[in-house]
Amino acid sequence: MSAELISELVALLGPARVLTKKEDLIPYGFDGTAALNQLPRAVVFPDNAAEVSALVKIARARRMPVVTRGSGTGLSGGSVPVENALVACLTGMNRIRELDTRNLTLRADAGVITQKIFETADAAGLFYPPDPGSMKISTIGGNVAENSGGLRGLKYGVTRDYVMGMEVVLADGSICWLGNKCVKDVAGYNLRDLFIGSEGTLGIVTQVLLKLLPKPAARQTLLATYASMDAAAETVSAIIAAKIIPCTLEFLDRKTVQCVEDYARVNLPLDSEAVLLIETDGHPSAVADEAQQIEQIARANGALTVRKARDAAEAAQLATARRSAFSALARRRPTTILEDVTVPRSELAKMIRAVQAIALKHSLDIAVFGHFGDGNLHPTILTDERNAAEMHRVELALKDIVDAALGLGGTITGEHGVGVAKKPFLKQQLGENSHALLKMIKQSLDPLGLLNPGKIFDFPVQENHTPKT
Amino acid sequence: MTPRLTPDDPGAESSAHPHSGKTSLASLDYSVLQQCMHCGMCLPTCPTYAETGRERNSPRGRIALMRAVADRELNVTTSFAEEMSYCLGCLACTTACPAGVDYTTLLETARAHVESSGITATPKRTFVRWFTMGWLFKKPRLLRLAGRLLWLYQVTGFQRAFRKLRLTSLLPKRIRELEPSTPKIQRHFSDTLIPEITLARGEKRYRVALLTGCVQDLVFSDVNHATAQVLAENGCEVVTPRTQFCCGSLHAHNGDQENAHILARRQIDTIDPERFDAIISNAAGCGSHLKHYDRLLAEDPRYAARAKAWSLKVRDVSEWLIEIGFRKPHAGTGATAPHIVTYHEACHLCHGQKISKQPREILRAISNVELRECAESTWCCGSAGIYNITQPSTSAWLQMRKLGHLKATGATLVTTANPGCHLQIENGLRATGDTQIEVVHPVVLLAKAYRTEIARR
Ligand SMILES: Cc1cc2nc3c(=O)[nH]c(=O)nc-3n(C[C@H](O)[C@H](O)[C@H](O)COP(=O)(O)OP(=O)(O)OC[C@H]3O[C@@H](n4cnc5c(N)ncnc54)[C@H](O)[C@@H]3O)c2cc1C
Ligand code: SF4
Ligand code: SF4
Repeated sequence: MSAELISELVALLGPARVLTKKEDLIPYGFDGTAALNQLPRAVVFPDNAAEVSALVKIARARRMPVVTRGSGTGLSGGSVPVENALVACLTGMNRIRELDTRNLTLRADAGVITQKIFETADAAGLFYPPDPGSMKISTIGGNVAENSGGLRGLKYGVTRDYVMGMEVVLADGSICWLGNKCVKDVAGYNLRDLFIGSEGTLGIVTQVLLKLLPKPAARQTLLATYASMDAAAETVSAIIAAKIIPCTLEFLDRKTVQCVEDYARVNLPLDSEAVLLIETDGHPSAVADEAQQIEQIARANGALTVRKARDAAEAAQLATARRSAFSALARRRPTTILEDVTVPRSELAKMIRAVQAIALKHSLDIAVFGHFGDGNLHPTILTDERNAAEMHRVELALKDIVDAALGLGGTITGEHGVGVAKKPFLKQQLGENSHALLKMIKQSLDPLGLLNPGKIFDFPVQENHTPKT
Repeated sequence: MTPRLTPDDPGAESSAHPHSGKTSLASLDYSVLQQCMHCGMCLPTCPTYAETGRERNSPRGRIALMRAVADRELNVTTSFAEEMSYCLGCLACTTACPAGVDYTTLLETARAHVESSGITATPKRTFVRWFTMGWLFKKPRLLRLAGRLLWLYQVTGFQRAFRKLRLTSLLPKRIRELEPSTPKIQRHFSDTLIPEITLARGEKRYRVALLTGCVQDLVFSDVNHATAQVLAENGCEVVTPRTQFCCGSLHAHNGDQENAHILARRQIDTIDPERFDAIISNAAGCGSHLKHYDRLLAEDPRYAARAKAWSLKVRDVSEWLIEIGFRKPHAGTGATAPHIVTYHEACHLCHGQKISKQPREILRAISNVELRECAESTWCCGSAGIYNITQPSTSAWLQMRKLGHLKATGATLVTTANPGCHLQIENGLRATGDTQIEVVHPVVLLAKAYRTEIARR
């Protein structure tokens, strides 16, 4: 049966776009998440929505699960295959279709790299704000599917805030357009929002229509260092209380700073407990004014030093250094397990203290960095997956971190999604009814459970179900 | 597969030591494999991934395959061997990788593993490897003799006659394709051009050893000559040993660990690091490998300590010049019009040795040079050791991509600091009918500027 399916796929896409050899498949067995691995049955590379639709139908006829994949940088195991899965990798769908400067929109294939979207807008004097740390390789489809955030989330929001429309292939192979270029539109349910953050479990996004902004005329980056994490957290609260919304308010602890500096060599101060990377953008005079206020607030809250980036090049260097934080932490230990909890901003200092206590309790090496302005923390456990005893303590610690975040009114994931990594905790956050509601939606859109099964919640593939068509 | 050493072979005796560079992925320290946390940050910089868009052709994918072999989940198949050979070894991934993955060691070990598995061995391939790596590139006198014969062939008109009579059509296809790109051998090799000891001009501040390389010696002895001059001009007494061995980079990059060790030991026997302030290389590929002798010989009880001292002393010439505060020449290169220059970064300089600024600083110090940056200056040109022989189509694709960026700058001079890149770019230019643009090592321009200055005194 499997051989027939492969030959149908080859007939559809040609042999070069259907991979089945073990050497070809092994590199598609994982994503950016630690310690998850599963070989797919085959990997295919469609070029457009029609091909996606056709391959979904082929898979569906044989009850074969389809796992959509962008660049595989996900951090919750979203694009890790399940057994016997067909992986649909969309990186070949990489065309920018339209840049509409009159309506400030950009339409692109789902496989376009985020950085290219930013650059295309930038070249036209426009601005696409969402900038996940992985932007130089993540796909826009992956960003939409995870509703990714970035360094500019505080002022500009997340991917969801920029998606005006999309083309999506449903589980039965039908192709739909959701949304349009209208700023206002209340015709029917807002289904577009349903697919944003759905992690490939409801449909396969093949095109996106994105909203762009005018490019801010000026920006200023500052770097403040602290002797304690509390002082850094206080600064954040004070900046927000002063009614200033910087575009970026990032935080790195001592361990993270050391690893980042080891890699990027941008003269980060190695002797402080905490570093804040702050950026303000907008009208030049407003930027100058805000930068000055921020500097004062930082100093008043115990900053040891405040450094202003000299020029755009230095600012870009600092942002790039920050974007490498997660990967750079891998320098310390063989396995790097990243958390993604978010708490209301007022609870940040408490959450940080909780993480420190948890590290001590389970004697683990935990570094912390994150999008402080959004209350989104990335406690990162540095461990070794081959050490069973330590991995057990890691599991306990992960649970403690989640409990602490939920106890403070937070969420188990701010931007990386549920995937498989956070699946065990979802019900705890949502409660029975809301959790059941998610499944009802899945049931109605993908009754056979073929799209990315086992992600977000368990919804087994329905082998014997005959769908009504 | 590796030829047995004959007793009169220098270094033969020390080869009895267990060699340290691993020849099996399974015996490699597992944390080197684990270091990759599959974030994918290296993907956009990898030329082979750019060409195919397939994960197995990316650093992350290749490391996953290596790990699967180490975990015995995958056998060393032909397909695995092909993948290791498809990798350029350009090391762009090591610059991009925030996690500090040691891809150099991984690739060398994987290739050695492939060789020791015998999976790729065919009688022809085994002979070619033995002839080049086990013989020609191990014996300096032989290599020079071969170079001399090639030179004779080129200057006596034989090459022209050979081509005119279409005798080249008798050659095997791959050799026939390569024949026009055979580098032009120099009339004089380095040992004729450079005395054993070049005295420092003015006050002697340093004593350095100059490595003349293999290809550099035969094809670009003028670069070696210029290097000696430039060093002397900056207070260095330059010692250039008469007979020098191949550094072994060719061997290490192609999975021949045993000969790589032998050659490293010979090199250290020839040039005692303790006697010099620096050991200078001007060929990026050699320099990058020479700096790793410490790692290569780490487990060799007789050589480990000296190898460490050696690695600390190795410098690329541009790196050394900046380190000692080289003197800005008072004159330009002597050319009437200013040079519009662009700089192609050899992989093993920018990625292998993280040297990017220094050659540019040297170029900017020359008054009649205008440096114009090209796009993708750190992308591989497709030369990559013997890659243009093993993977001709990818090599040609990268060559054309590179030429496009170089030409877009409007430069008439392309500078680069590695003989392989030099030849690859020059061959590409000539093949596309471009006779205006010249290729030159930055140090050659600096030497010219000093010479103009001296002539004016
Ligand atoms: C170093 C690093 C830094 C990161 N920084 C951030 C950050 O700052 N903010 C942040 O939010 N995330 C971050 N991430 C996480 C990750 O990059 C994002 O989740 C990203 O959006 C994933 O994109 P991708 O193309 O790699 O998708 P993949 O990992 O391939 O897929 C992710 C999920 O989306 C689904 N999917 C992918 N494409 C489609 C599609 N076209 N249609 C439907 N479903 C699809 C997959 O099935 C999977 O469930 C980071 C990751 C790394 C490795
Ligand atoms: S090699 Fe480095 S950059 Fe590439 S995936 Fe591995 S850890 Fe990330
Ligand atoms: S060495 Fe070059 S070709 Fe090989 S994996 Fe790294 S970037 Fe790609």
